[in-house]
Amino acid sequence: MIKIENVGVSKENKTILAAISVTLTEPRIGIIGSNGSGKSTFAKLLNGLERATTGAVFVNDAPIGKNNKTALGKVGFVFQNPDNQIVFPIVVEDLAFGLKKSGLSKQQIQSRITTYLEQFGLRHLLERRTHELSGGEKQLIALIGVLLMEPEIIVLDEPTTLLDLRNRSILLKLLAELPQKLIIVSHDLALMAEMDRLLWIENGNIHQDGSPEAVISAYRQFAESES
Amino acid sequence: MLTSTYYAGQSFLHTTRPLFKVLALFLVCTLLFVFDTWFVLTPICLAVFGLYGIAGIPRSEILLALRPAFWMLLFIFIVQIYFESLQLASFVILRFVTMILAASLLTLTTKTSDLIAALEQFFNRFLPEHIAETISLAFSLCFRFIPLVRQTFDEVTEAQKARGHHKDWRALATPTIIRTLKSADEISQAIIARSVETSHLSAANERRDREHS
Amino acid sequence: MAEVTIRNTVLMALFAAIMAVLGAFPNIPVPGIPAPITAQSLGVMLAGGILGARYGALSLILFLILVAAGLPLLSGARGGFAVFFGATAGFLFGWVIAAFVIGLLIEKFWNRLNYFSAFLACIIGGIIILYAIGIPWVAYAAKIPLGKAFWGSVAYIPGDLIKAAIASVVIVAVAKSYPIIQSK
Repeated sequence: MIKIENVGVSKENKTILAAISVTLTEPRIGIIGSNGSGKSTFAKLLNGLERATTGAVFVNDAPIGKNNKTALGKVGFVFQNPDNQIVFPIVVEDLAFGLKKSGLSKQQIQSRITTYLEQFGLRHLLERRTHELSGGEKQLIALIGVLLMEPEIIVLDEPTTLLDLRNRSILLKLLAELPQKLIIVSHDLALMAEMDRLLWIENGNIHQDGSPEAVISAYRQFAESES
Repeated sequence: MLTSTYYAGQSFLHTTRPLFKVLALFLVCTLLFVFDTWFVLTPICLAVFGLYGIAGIPRSEILLALRPAFWMLLFIFIVQIYFESLQLASFVILRFVTMILAASLLTLTTKTSDLIAALEQFFNRFLPEHIAETISLAFSLCFRFIPLVRQTFDEVTEAQKARGHHKDWRALATPTIIRTLKSADEISQAIIARSVETSHLSAANERRDREHS
Repeated sequence: MAEVTIRNTVLMALFAAIMAVLGAFPNIPVPGIPAPITAQSLGVMLAGGILGARYGALSLILFLILVAAGLPLLSGARGGFAVFFGATAGFLFGWVIAAFVIGLLIEKFWNRLNYFSAFLACIIGGIIILYAIGIPWVAYAAKIPLGKAFWGSVAYIPGDLIKAAIASVVIVAVAKSYPIIQSK
């Protein structure tokens, strides 16, 4: 469960998020909004990449802050561009990176990596160079890098924008089967329609909050009236 | 681009610890400058050639190692003969040849990855843990960034070509640098997001292990 | 690791990689001089001018370690320990100092940074300081009188001036749109 209490973010005197309060309990939560609406900042608040100027964020009742790294470990974050999430030149090195501070032994790390790769049928990528992977493979490796750390909640920023149709459907099928709670920021309205709850963020505020059908149709009307 | 000139083999030179070889190299080259005479240079030069034989490295590799320095050495040789003497010219050139071959021998008998691993081990031992970790992260990131920078440069080149700028340095350099800086900042964020403590994993693992036994 | 350290580490690695990519650019061979003109001294100016003294110098140390480890990242696909024992090794070590000095000057000029002051910084660090280290090194290692070693290097100055001009344009553009030095 994520609880956001009166959270505001401002940078250089510009308000990016006004005081927002919301409690997220549903297993699949979507976030939509225009470019620059503050939705990316909202997503990054959830794992401490952005810090609240005012208010506080709680993950399972533990506040996220500098002194609470366990809470951060419970929230995984998948970035929009896997090229910027994959840090190491070889797949196995990259996957091992997140597990460095887990206290697992080298062998445990190795076996965990192979187990996860096998589970997604990607064992053959183990020793590959990361910059030679296809776009779809990169996105999956970035996701596996997060799954390996067994977070309770996963935040995904625009997971489908860089994928072709085939890879999109592979990813969506995979996401649907995950036991973790998901919070997905996306412009992909077809994907957003399948969420349990949808937040629409506009001008740093939660503009609407409710069932996907209601929020999407209001969002469509808004977008068309603006243009 | 990322392959060194390692020449596989089983000789004692291949199996000696990398840092020991580095140390020996510096020692030998210091000797060559401190004792500035043929009496020191000749035996060391012969020893280096002998070591090439022991390491089983073919003569063609020796020529390859010297090729990049060829024009520079020729230039120095001519200048020395012109202003000084043939004897001094040959001494200076032979000293360069000896040093370059000794250094190349190190590269030929040591894998890059082993050398970097040895260096990391060295840092781990003598530096605080977080500094050693930062250094080894920096090494890995370099390998990650080389293809990224090249790809970004190619994309910018293509975009500028489409706009009619051909090989205009200003139109290429600035956008390439700014785009890679932005990527670098996102990678920093990803590293921060991914290097959080996940000690619950080992706790869960121990529980699993206990249940199994 | 603190967040600041991670960002600086990433930026250091980025500029070491930029040096490597510049090394793969084709050399411009100039008849009459023994070493070709390369794009890499541009990388030295950019590292110092964009990252500042400390991290600019560190990024070059990182790059030189990779070269020493055997990777052929220097222009003309040169690499390995041998390059540090040739006649021009002083210029390689000089890169570290040059980046540091350029960074220092850019930091000093920061509040009134323009093309001219950036150009000046690149010339002082990337040409004057660099040559002041590289030329005596050649003279000592090759037993050539200092004056003659200097005249042997004059041919590179026009190329280096062009690179300083390009670097100053990039340094000022980055300072305006994506400053790194200020945000430290």
